[in-house]
Amino acid sequence: MNADRTFRQPGRWAVLAALVVLAVVMLFPFVIVTLNAFKSPAEYSSGGPLSLPHGLYLDGIVAFWDRVDFGLKLWNSLLISGVVAVAAVVLSVLNAYALGIGRVRGRLWILVLFLVANTLPQEALVYPLYYLSKEVGLYDSKLAVILIFTVIQAAFGTYLLSSVLGQFPRGILEAAEIDGASRRRMLWGIVVPISRPTLSVLLIFFFIWTWNEFFLPMVFLISNDNQTVPVALGVLQGEKMMDATMSSASALLGIIPAVAFFLIFQRTLTRGITVGAIK
Amino acid sequence: MAPPGAGAARPRGRGGYWLYLVPSLVLFLAIIVVPFLMNVATSFTRWSGVGTPTWIGLDNYTKLFKDERFWASFEHNVALIIAMAVVPTIIGLVLAAALFDYIAKRFGGRTASALRAAFYLPQVLPVAVAGVVWGWMLHPSYGAVNQIFGIKVNWLGDPDIALATVMAIMVWFQLGYPVVIFMAGLQRVDPSLYEAAEIDGASWWRRFWHITIPQIRPEIFVVLLTCTIAALKVFGPIFVLTRGGPGSATMVPSYFSYLNFFQKVNVGYGSAIATVLALIIVVVTFLFLRVQERDQESGS
Repeated sequence: MNADRTFRQPGRWAVLAALVVLAVVMLFPFVIVTLNAFKSPAEYSSGGPLSLPHGLYLDGIVAFWDRVDFGLKLWNSLLISGVVAVAAVVLSVLNAYALGIGRVRGRLWILVLFLVANTLPQEALVYPLYYLSKEVGLYDSKLAVILIFTVIQAAFGTYLLSSVLGQFPRGILEAAEIDGASRRRMLWGIVVPISRPTLSVLLIFFFIWTWNEFFLPMVFLISNDNQTVPVALGVLQGEKMMDATMSSASALLGIIPAVAFFLIFQRTLTRGITVGAIK
Repeated sequence: MAPPGAGAARPRGRGGYWLYLVPSLVLFLAIIVVPFLMNVATSFTRWSGVGTPTWIGLDNYTKLFKDERFWASFEHNVALIIAMAVVPTIIGLVLAAALFDYIAKRFGGRTASALRAAFYLPQVLPVAVAGVVWGWMLHPSYGAVNQIFGIKVNWLGDPDIALATVMAIMVWFQLGYPVVIFMAGLQRVDPSLYEAAEIDGASWWRRFWHITIPQIRPEIFVVLLTCTIAALKVFGPIFVLTRGGPGSATMVPSYFSYLNFFQKVNVGYGSAIATVLALIIVVVTFLFLRVQERDQESGS
């Protein structure tokens, strides 16, 4: 046994080493971006991308922040993603209550419809949405993007939540019904509080998914005042005015909120990540 | 007609639940159903986005099937399915099994979780931000990759390698997703299966083939389906990294339709591309679900 162990020793370290090397490769861009966001252009050209910054040179980040008014972009992203997450969870709950607990007639078809809507590419909706939003004066407004993503996320939420509520303990509802509780009271007083854990996972997913969206926000939010973080960064990418370290700073500003959400929501996310897998 | 007394016993009948669907159905109609039908209708017209569309029947579709850029864009889609679904699934299986059945046992669960987090980190980025990161890393004049290796490769600007570069970036971006899903799937595998195999002297590879893969088949299906759909829809990285170029070396259907909608103002043609893409995605989803269903039936 002991001989076997020592015999295997080199092999097991080799496996670990291989995985660590791969992890380093995966993290490499994050490290490089962070290192160089804090360098001056002169430092970058003399020391190259791998040297450690001599001090905290913040000019690149500050200059980029001011140029794109990054605080406003953060606020826009927060506002849009936050409102969408809440509204989509509310709609999902209402739908799932009717489909999963109310078992309304034709529920299977309604669910299939929602599922198909979720898989449709946004390209097949974008031009009519663009045209209609212009007709009703909602083009280039956050409200248009909020409405669209509320429906898209709720389509997924309905699909998921209906099957969850389909297994809701009937006894509780029947007891409440005998006590004379109305449908509305049963929803807000019993179903919602009991399904809280699932709802919070949905809320976080909707928030992050909406935050990460690029295509429709890029088409709809053309003015600087309305753009979200990914749109502002994506559209500015590769602009001639950006030098090496400022580009790096812009990438870092895109990375920070995403990694922050990941760290904040990590526990809920790893618990619910298999939920997201259905999407 | 309700029998007398029924209303009294159940004050609000079954139909009452319908009311809860009304807000969603109204929004759904206005934001998904009507626009989608409008898109299909537009695909039978010539239209610049202003004025009245001219009905031209199937002309857009016949033109589409003769359009080399359209076919090229679907070939690139296949390449991206390989990069975003097939390769990450294969590597993800090996990594998940290595972390679960080797690293966690010999080096502890913490080491395995830390490595998993490292593999997963790119996945938390908005895909457009991932594009910004790599656009900077691979910049032809000041990009970090060229500087570090002392080479001058135009990774995204050379038509011969642009697609391969985008594929590599997408592997980097996607890899963490299957690793996390597969490791979650492995949690529900009965540990005695592995223990029994180990006592029987089964090698790591044999355990991988005969336990890991069959046990997490459902997860493999889900990952392949969701990643294939994501690859068919891919837009953000293409927009940020290459805009379909150079030439049309990295053109994909989603970007091709966007180009026709908003730059060439060939709205009818763009709609036809988007309709075909939507159709392909729905068919692929349907086929996957059918295969999975069969698999489950034969498995049980």
